[in-house]
Amino acid sequence: MTNIIKKSKNTLLEKEKKLGLILLLPTILIVLSVVIFPLLANFWISFKPVSLGDLRPPKLIVKERIKGKLSDKNQIAEIQYRYRNSSIKYDLENVIIKDIIPNGFTVKDLQPTQFCRLKLKELICNLNNVSSRSSGKIILKVHKNDQWQEELDNPKKTKPFVTFSSKNVLTSFEFNTENFKKVFSASEFFEVLKVSFYYTIFGTAGALLVGLIAAQILQKSFRGRSIVRGLLLFPYVSPVIAVAFAWVILFDPYSGIVNSMLVQMNVIDKPINFFGQKYTDIIIFGYVFKFPLALSMVIAFEIWRYFPLSFLFILARMQSFPEEVYDAAKIDGASPLQQFYYISLPFLIGIMSILFLLRFIWTFNKFDDIFLLTGGNAGTRTFTVNVYEQAFAISNLGAGAAVAVVIFIFLLTFSLLFMRYSKKETF
Amino acid sequence: MFWKYGLFFSILSGGIWGIFWQIFFTVIGILTLGIPLSLELSQIMIIGPLAGILYIKSQKFLSIKFHLTAIIIITFLIFISHLGNPYQVEDENRLIIFMLILLTSFFIWGSLNHSLYNLSPGELSKYDVESFFIKFTWGLGLIILILITLIPFYIMIITSLKNQQSLILNPLDISVNLNTDFKTLFNSYIELFTNFNFHLFLINSFIVSCTTVIITLFFSIPGAYALARLRVPNKKIFSGTVILIYLIPSIVLIIPLYVIFSSIGLRNSLFGLILVYPATTIPVALYMLRGYFSALSSEIDDAALMDGLSRIQIILKIAIPLSKPAIVSVGLYVFMIAWNEFLIAFMFLDDPSIFTLSRGIMSLNSSEIPQQHLMAGAVIATIPIMIIFLYLEKFLISGLSAGGVKG
Repeated sequence: MTNIIKKSKNTLLEKEKKLGLILLLPTILIVLSVVIFPLLANFWISFKPVSLGDLRPPKLIVKERIKGKLSDKNQIAEIQYRYRNSSIKYDLENVIIKDIIPNGFTVKDLQPTQFCRLKLKELICNLNNVSSRSSGKIILKVHKNDQWQEELDNPKKTKPFVTFSSKNVLTSFEFNTENFKKVFSASEFFEVLKVSFYYTIFGTAGALLVGLIAAQILQKSFRGRSIVRGLLLFPYVSPVIAVAFAWVILFDPYSGIVNSMLVQMNVIDKPINFFGQKYTDIIIFGYVFKFPLALSMVIAFEIWRYFPLSFLFILARMQSFPEEVYDAAKIDGASPLQQFYYISLPFLIGIMSILFLLRFIWTFNKFDDIFLLTGGNAGTRTFTVNVYEQAFAISNLGAGAAVAVVIFIFLLTFSLLFMRYSKKETF
Repeated sequence: MFWKYGLFFSILSGGIWGIFWQIFFTVIGILTLGIPLSLELSQIMIIGPLAGILYIKSQKFLSIKFHLTAIIIITFLIFISHLGNPYQVEDENRLIIFMLILLTSFFIWGSLNHSLYNLSPGELSKYDVESFFIKFTWGLGLIILILITLIPFYIMIITSLKNQQSLILNPLDISVNLNTDFKTLFNSYIELFTNFNFHLFLINSFIVSCTTVIITLFFSIPGAYALARLRVPNKKIFSGTVILIYLIPSIVLIIPLYVIFSSIGLRNSLFGLILVYPATTIPVALYMLRGYFSALSSEIDDAALMDGLSRIQIILKIAIPLSKPAIVSVGLYVFMIAWNEFLIAFMFLDDPSIFTLSRGIMSLNSSEIPQQHLMAGAVIATIPIMIIFLYLEKFLISGLSAGGVKG
C-alpha cells in the first residue's frame, strides 16, 4: 500500500519536474545563446589578436577575361583568369581554381604549367599558396574547333569555381596574452581604475543620499504630493540619450544657459567647459587645489538620474512603517532628529545597504551616460568606456574584450558579495 | 547660548531665504528680460534677517493686513537699499523690476511664515529647535529638488522651439514667443519628420519595443510560474543564475555580439535587435514575475488541479488573470528598457531607414546639425514614455520598485 502511494507521488513529481523544465527551456535557450555564449566568446576573443578588420574574411577574387576574337577559326585567343588575395593580412592556402572549358575550343597552351593542368575539358589549377595582397594570372591560349556552337560555347558562361582555406584568426586555436599585457601594463590602467571607482562610489553614495533626503521630504503629506512624486521620477524614466544631451546643451561653453548665466551675474569671467575640462583650480584659503571638473559633472549627472530610484525604494519602505511608533516616540520626548536617527535610520539601513550594493554594481557597469556626456575624455574614462574605446575607436577587438573580462571579474566579485549579504536581508 | 533662541533662527532663516529668493528672481529676471542683471547679495543679507526679526517679534498680531504691510515694507527696504535702482537697468524695464522685487519680498515673507510659524523668540527646547530646522530645510529642499529635476527638461523643450539665430544671439532668452506662428515655432519638429525620417524611427522604436514586450512576456510568464510553483530540480541554482545574468551589462557582451551578428549577417537589422533585447529583459521579467506568482496563494492552484485543470490551463486561466496588474507593470518596465536602450542600437544599426529613436538622435549629434534639432529629437523620444508614465504611473512605479535596480 505505501509502495503504491510512494510510486504515484513520484510520477506526479516527475511530471512536474518535466513540465517545469519545458516551461523554462525557451528562457534557458535564449539566455544561453545571447548571454552565456557571447560571454564565453568574449573570453575567447580576449586571448586573440583580433582587430575590427578581421571581421571581413579573406577572399580570393577571380576575374575571367577573353582577349582576342573567338569567331575566327585559326586565330588564337586568350582566356585569362586574374586572381587576387583581398586580404592585406592573411595568406590563403590550398587554393584551387576550377573551370570548364567549352567543347568548341582546343587549348594550345596553358600558363603557368607547374600549377595548372587540363583534365578532359576541365581546367584545374592548384595554386597552393597565395600570400596576402599578391595576385597572379592564368592564361589559356585557345582556338575554335569544329564542334564550336555560337550560343553554347561562351567560356564566360561557367563561372570559375574557387576553393581555398585560410587561417581565420577568430576560429583558430592560437592564443596569446598580449591583450591582457596591454591592458594591465598601460599607464592608463590605474587611471581608469581610479576614475571607475571614484565614479562608482560617489555616484552611488550621492544618489542614495539624495534619494534618502527626497524620501524624507516627500514623506510629509502636502497638497500635490503625488504629482511631485511623479515629477521626481522623470529623470529616471526618460531615455538616457535625451537627458544626456539636454545636460550637454545646458552646460555648453558657447551657447549653454548655465555659462551665460554665470557670466551675466559676474560669478565667472569666461565660460567654463564643464564636460571638456579635466581639472579646474579652486582656491580655498589661498590653497590652490585641482578639482576634477568633468568627472564631477558626470557624477552629478549620475546622481541626478538615479536618485529617483533610491527615493522610490526608500519612500515605499518608509510608508510601510507603522506610524504609531513615531507617536510613541513623540510622547517619550524624542526630538525629530532622534526619531530619524533611532527609528527611521535603523529601519532603513537594510534596504539602503542592498540598494547601495546593487546600485554599485550597476553604476560600475554604466556605459551610456559617460559615453554620451564626455565620450570618455577629460579624465572620465571608466572601464566600460575603455571597452568601447579599445574595441571600436582603436579597432582592437581583442583588447576591448580583455577590458570586458576585467569588468566581468569585478562584477562577479561584487555579485558574490551581494548574494552573501542579501541572504541575511530579505529584499 | 544664542543659538538656542528663536530670534537667532529668525535671523538665520531670514538671511537664507532672502539669498535664495534673490538669486531665484535674478535668474528669472535675466531669463524673462534677456538683459544683464548682476547678482547683488549684500543688501538682502541685511534685509532678510530684518524681515525675520519683524516676523518673529510680531507673531501675536498676524493678520492679512499685517502680512501685506510687511511685504510692502520689505519691498521698500530693497528699493532704497539699492538707491532706487536695484538691478541697474534702464527706465523701460522699471515696472518689471518692481514686480520682481515685489515677488521676492512676497516669497521671502511666505517662506518665513512657513518656517517660523509658532516659534517663540525666546529660549527654545531641543524639540523646537529641531522642528524648526526640519520645517526650514523641508521647504528649501522641496523647491530645490523640483527645480533641479525639471530644469534640464525645460531647457530641452525650450531649445527645441528656438531657431538658430535667436539661440546664438541670446542663449539666455528661454522664454517662448507664443506670437510666432505654428510653423516657425515647431520648425525643428517639422524638419525632423520631413527631412530626417523621424516618422520611421518612431515606428521602428515602437515595433522593436512592442515585440520585445510580447516575446519577453511569452517566455517569462511560464518560466516564472515554473520557478514559483513547480518542483523544478536545482531551483536555487536557477534563481541565482537568473539574478547573476540580470546583472551582466550589455557592454560586456557587445564585442562578441557584434562579431557574431556581423558574421551571420544579422547585425544591421531590426530582427537582430529583436533577438537581443528579449534576452536582456527576460531575466528581469522572470525575476519580477516569480516574486508576484509566489505571492499568490497556492491553494487555488491545488483546487484547480483537483478539478482536473492542467498546469498550462492553470497558467492561462488562473495565474495570468490574477496577476494582471503585475504583468502590466512588468510589460511597461520592459517597454521602457527597450525604448530607452542605446548601446546595442548604436552598435548594430548602420542603415538610416531602420534606425530606432535612440540611434536616430545619435545621428543628429554632429556639428552640422543645429542644436534645436537635437533637442527636438530628444523631446520626440521622451514624450511617448512620459505619456505612458503619466497614464499608468501606478503600474510603472510598481514595476520600477520590483525590478528597478537594473538600468
